[in-house]
Amino acid sequence: MTVTAQPAVGKEAPPGAPAPAPRRRPGRVRRIALPYLLLLPALLLELLVHLVPMVIGIVMSFKELTQFYIRDWGAAPWAGFDNYSLSVDFDAPIGKALLHSFFVTCAFTVLSVGLCWLLGTTAAVYMQENFRGRGFLRAVFLVPYALPVYAAVITWAFMFQRDNGLVNHVLHDQLGLTDSPSFWLIGDNSFVALLVVSVWKGWPFAFLIVMAGLQNIPKELYEAAAIDGAGMIQQLRRITMPSLRPVNQVLVLVLFLWTFNDFNTPYVLFGKAAPEAADLISIHIYQSSFVTWNFGTGSAMSVLLLLFLLVVTGVYLILTSRGRRGADA
Amino acid sequence: MRRTRAAAASAVTVSMLAAVTACGGGSSTDGGSNDSPKTLTYWASNQGPSIEADKKILTPELKKFEKQTGIKVKLEVVPWSDLLNRILAATTSGQGPDVLNIGNTWSASLQATGALLPWDAKNFGTIGGKDRFVESALGSAGEAGTDPAAVPLYSMAYALYYNKKMFEDAGISGPPATWDELVADGKKISKDDKWALGAEGANLSENIHHVFVFAKQHGADFFDAEGKPDFTSDGAVAAVKQYVDLMGKDKVIAPGNAEYAQNQSLQDFAKDKTAMVLWQTAASTLKAHGMSDDEWGVAPVPVQSGAPGADTAVNSMVAGINMAVFKNTDNIDGARKFVKFMTSDAEQKLLNKTYGSIPPVKAAQEDPAFNTPALKVIRDTLSKSAAPLPQVANESQFETAVGTAVKELFAEAAAGRPVTTASVKEKLDEAQQQMPKK
Repeated sequence: MTVTAQPAVGKEAPPGAPAPAPRRRPGRVRRIALPYLLLLPALLLELLVHLVPMVIGIVMSFKELTQFYIRDWGAAPWAGFDNYSLSVDFDAPIGKALLHSFFVTCAFTVLSVGLCWLLGTTAAVYMQENFRGRGFLRAVFLVPYALPVYAAVITWAFMFQRDNGLVNHVLHDQLGLTDSPSFWLIGDNSFVALLVVSVWKGWPFAFLIVMAGLQNIPKELYEAAAIDGAGMIQQLRRITMPSLRPVNQVLVLVLFLWTFNDFNTPYVLFGKAAPEAADLISIHIYQSSFVTWNFGTGSAMSVLLLLFLLVVTGVYLILTSRGRRGADA
Repeated sequence: MRRTRAAAASAVTVSMLAAVTACGGGSSTDGGSNDSPKTLTYWASNQGPSIEADKKILTPELKKFEKQTGIKVKLEVVPWSDLLNRILAATTSGQGPDVLNIGNTWSASLQATGALLPWDAKNFGTIGGKDRFVESALGSAGEAGTDPAAVPLYSMAYALYYNKKMFEDAGISGPPATWDELVADGKKISKDDKWALGAEGANLSENIHHVFVFAKQHGADFFDAEGKPDFTSDGAVAAVKQYVDLMGKDKVIAPGNAEYAQNQSLQDFAKDKTAMVLWQTAASTLKAHGMSDDEWGVAPVPVQSGAPGADTAVNSMVAGINMAVFKNTDNIDGARKFVKFMTSDAEQKLLNKTYGSIPPVKAAQEDPAFNTPALKVIRDTLSKSAAPLPQVANESQFETAVGTAVKELFAEAAAGRPVTTASVKEKLDEAQQQMPKK
């Protein structure tokens, strides 16, 4: 709008007077265009990296893509909605297994995110106090976050071995808590093993984020509260938690998305075929596409997962921002 | 962080463009070009005790080949757990090695992708002809009635390895010939933390190899004559149940073996914790674990009681490694020369001796080195009582689906829960319904 208004101003200016408008005009255009120009390469790459594979995945989900066509997948016959109906036919084994895996993943995500958040927040709140060795403890807490995932999870896999693992050695041999050594990598306990590794790996991130959030709360608030007679619990409820709200909103969302999609932990822990009790959806989809070479069905499952995560994220963002607006008012 | 993301982005873009151009350029159908005649890339499967050991064994041979032909071979030893995925990725992108090793059970599955060079009469002619190879080995190099998708390189078969001292201690005079005998012997051995038989319950391929043999012994197959999955026949169910029962009902396999997938059962065998293992070629690994050759013996894998006997009843799969050439190689002549070199009589003798396998090349088999008692059992098995796994396009899916079902049944047995005919049938039915419809 301002750009179109400029020529009129220029025309009305007396001849001979310095004409700033024509010089300002390209400058302004440039100033407005420059950020977009600078963003363009990133935008293009972003499209290539995220959008193109996604579109390819969606196209694949409508194809009958097996080993006969992987060399030239464009030539695979169209399957219509067959892959989708196969995935959501919960009476047939493929759909039933997908649904089971979905429920396992939901339970796993709720527990893992909850525990990560609880541990991280508790540790961060306690680390606010100044005490000897605080720096050392903080560093130790961040170790799981700094270790390469594969190295860490492989170590856990060794520790969870039934006959030679450290976990059974402590629980069974030393503490005598179980009648016989338990299996952790197969059978029902595998869910617990997966949860332990996931929380161990995830809580330092929560710790780090909450700690950063805590730094932003003015000390005066606590001092004033203390003068007014608020105890530690009340300070936590009335000052710390409300102040952390925006931080928590992002933290929980990120943890949720990471945990729901976590592939590395179950893959390294259990290999290609996870036990039924710990059959997370990411590895289930991997098995459906890459191990059984049913890429079409696998893609359809991925698209369904994407839709689910989009809906959950959308609803979550709407709910939490409404809550915040309410709190702000 | 931003910089790494940008770097990753450009890497992905480049590889995607490479993939796109490769797709576009992958039109040559009957073999690659000779654009880079001086180099080859070779993916070798992990045959020895470790990847490093394989590199040490193969590097001098590759140098020998370079001296003869002037072609430099870039070697990469790929672990078994990654090999199939790597091949699959190479097939999709067209960016694979020139020559590679494949497990012979995958031959038909990989043949179906159309990525491998078919070994027709002309190609076989360049490596000395089809007649140089043993029949059973050629039988597991592709679907019957088609040109093989690969050339046999190392042959193996399952045998029963037994710990002589543990047998003596239990008062058993010789290795069992039937499963009934094995269970009876096993009950004498399995006490005081010692167990009769080892298994790799969480290793899908191992599970498949064993239940395939049990199925054959029950007169069943996992695929019907048209190549359609048939997992729930009475024979197949009985086969899977019999294998898992060795742990659950007969209690001759330690429950802990249900989570084994990294050859831990061989370690237990070498440490005198387990008296028997069913293995392909264990000699070099046993040596690596500190067990000397005279401490163990080898016998054919047991058969069912009352059956015609170990010499005729199937008691092993035809195991082995094949050598394949990627169709879109940039050095087709060099690739054929390299296959010729690796399957030459001299190299066959040398490599198979080192790995403890049997040469699939007839002339090389005559070498007295392959006449040791252990290798004689394997040679006899291969020539008389071994059968190739179903050479159908869905073979690799079958390995995963049924292999996983057996893994889950082992987990049940290990937890002390009953494994019944009905529960086995249910698991196999689920596995069958996961198979692609085509």
